[in-house]
Amino acid sequence: MSPVWYAAVIGVRRGWTELRQTFTTGQDVFGYVLWTVLLIVPLFLVRDDPLKGAGISTGAFMLPSMLGMTLAFTGMMTTAQLLATEREDGTLLRAKAVPHGMVGHLVGKIIMVSGTALASMALPFAVGVFVVDGVARQGGGALLTLVWVVPLGLLATLPMGAVIGSLVDSPRTIGLLMLPVMGLVVISGIYFPLSKLPEWLQTVGQIFPVYWLGLGLRAALLPADAVAAEIGESWRHLETAGVLGAWTVAGLLLAPSVLRRMARRESGAAMAERHRKAMQRVG
Amino acid sequence: MTTAHALSGAGSSPPPESDTVIDVRDLRMRYRSQDVLKGVGFTARRGEVVLLLGPNGAGKTTTIEVLEGFRMRSAGDVTVLGTDPADGDERWRARLGIVLQSWRDHGKWRVRELLAHLGSYYAPYSTALVRRPWDVDELLAAVGLTEQADKRVGTLSGGQRRRFDVAVGIVGRPEVLFLDEPTAGLDPEARNEFHGLVRGLADENTTVLLTTHDLAEAERLADRILILAGGRIVADGSAEELSRQASAEATVRWTRDGRPFEKATAEPTRFVRRLFEEHGEAIGGLEVRRASLEDTYLTMVRELEAGSVPDERAVHAFGEGSR
Repeated sequence: MSPVWYAAVIGVRRGWTELRQTFTTGQDVFGYVLWTVLLIVPLFLVRDDPLKGAGISTGAFMLPSMLGMTLAFTGMMTTAQLLATEREDGTLLRAKAVPHGMVGHLVGKIIMVSGTALASMALPFAVGVFVVDGVARQGGGALLTLVWVVPLGLLATLPMGAVIGSLVDSPRTIGLLMLPVMGLVVISGIYFPLSKLPEWLQTVGQIFPVYWLGLGLRAALLPADAVAAEIGESWRHLETAGVLGAWTVAGLLLAPSVLRRMARRESGAAMAERHRKAMQRVG
Repeated sequence: MTTAHALSGAGSSPPPESDTVIDVRDLRMRYRSQDVLKGVGFTARRGEVVLLLGPNGAGKTTTIEVLEGFRMRSAGDVTVLGTDPADGDERWRARLGIVLQSWRDHGKWRVRELLAHLGSYYAPYSTALVRRPWDVDELLAAVGLTEQADKRVGTLSGGQRRRFDVAVGIVGRPEVLFLDEPTAGLDPEARNEFHGLVRGLADENTTVLLTTHDLAEAERLADRILILAGGRIVADGSAEELSRQASAEATVRWTRDGRPFEKATAEPTRFVRRLFEEHGEAIGGLEVRRASLEDTYLTMVRELEAGSVPDERAVHAFGEGSR
């Protein structure tokens, strides 16, 4: 085993350690619970409103959609947030100071964010199936959709998140990015079918992975008849794989060079400067 | 950890061919149109503790970061462990230790857990000569953190945190250790312990290069002091040698008929002799304070700012005995 692979194995262990830490840290656990509450409350309010022509309730439509949104959010925004924070607090510089530490750090981060994403989806899902009817009842083949949509979703969003995290100058910029992201959710068919929007907004929404992850999750978890609410009355598996695949390719092409450039610039002086700025903001 | 065994020996470094561990020649650094380093040159031998001293903005951190391979230089020849840091690979990196100022990174990790994790990256570079990484419990004992082993890093006190930073810096049993202002914010006791730790490392043949603002620390710790000012090394020697080089003056205090006097002079011995010749019994409470490193340093920096750095400094008759 080459030292690079060796560092990757250490990175896997690092990822598990960090997952264990996040699930045993009060503040983090509170975050997962809060997220679940934020998703379940609107779900609860519309649990009995029928979705016209689809044979399911609006709540049933929303649950898988929100799971897809959670996946996109975590993959992209959490990755970006962690990277920007760890650049500022010196975690990355420490990784850079040990042999192949960056490899370990990156592998660890992939495991950590993937695990976080799965947990952030599992919790609302576990609660949601008791709140609304008709989700995840058809079993079998449709559930297989999850097996490719979820990993592909992580692949489409994680590298892009890493690119964003490398390009922003501070973790606080990520906070600002949340505003356009909220806007994106509105045009991604998460809380109501995309077909209710003007056509040009539909087109914009379909550029981003959020819509396709919502669609993929609905395809996996909703009854077959619910397809009536979708654009073209189809689950569009090919298009889903195509768009998510395109984001994956773009992310994997961009991320290594952007990450390398970011890592090259890390030094004690750069970090001290950020520390100083951050402290000024605090004080 | 069978993998670690399989890799043992893969990173075996040859025994040191030369005693020079750090070799810097005519190092130049330019930011936009400003020259920060204008031809820095120095060397450091195996097991030597070399201290870089200088006013803020003199380029101490820049110099260290070039040596660490974290920063590209504008010009000059630099080798660390026989390798140019600009092309240093991970095998080279495994032989360096860098003590970083931690802020709040890895706050959720436990002390032992993080040391073991960071140490494990060094396992492929273990050799018969240098066993890497350092045993975690041994290392914790060496930096005095045994009791804190199971605490989260985020809960350590400032002093404990600095010692932890040092532990992380040396977990790979480095041959060269870089420390940028390691004792900033340490209380006197923690500082004392830290000095002992650094001396111990040097005794085991680790070359240590550190920066500091604390002149008393420089005097106690360093085998050799380099003063970096105006983009150049303006002085290079032990604390004692520097005192002799600089034109810093000794202070003579005395009383004559009960009234206190004070005089700064470059030749205190001659001055005191004359004092007694002239006044004899009337002189009391004689006190001669020779220039401390602080005086020396301030004199040198002042001279430099005034633009009058002599190449060859006159050796002043500060008195024959060494400090």
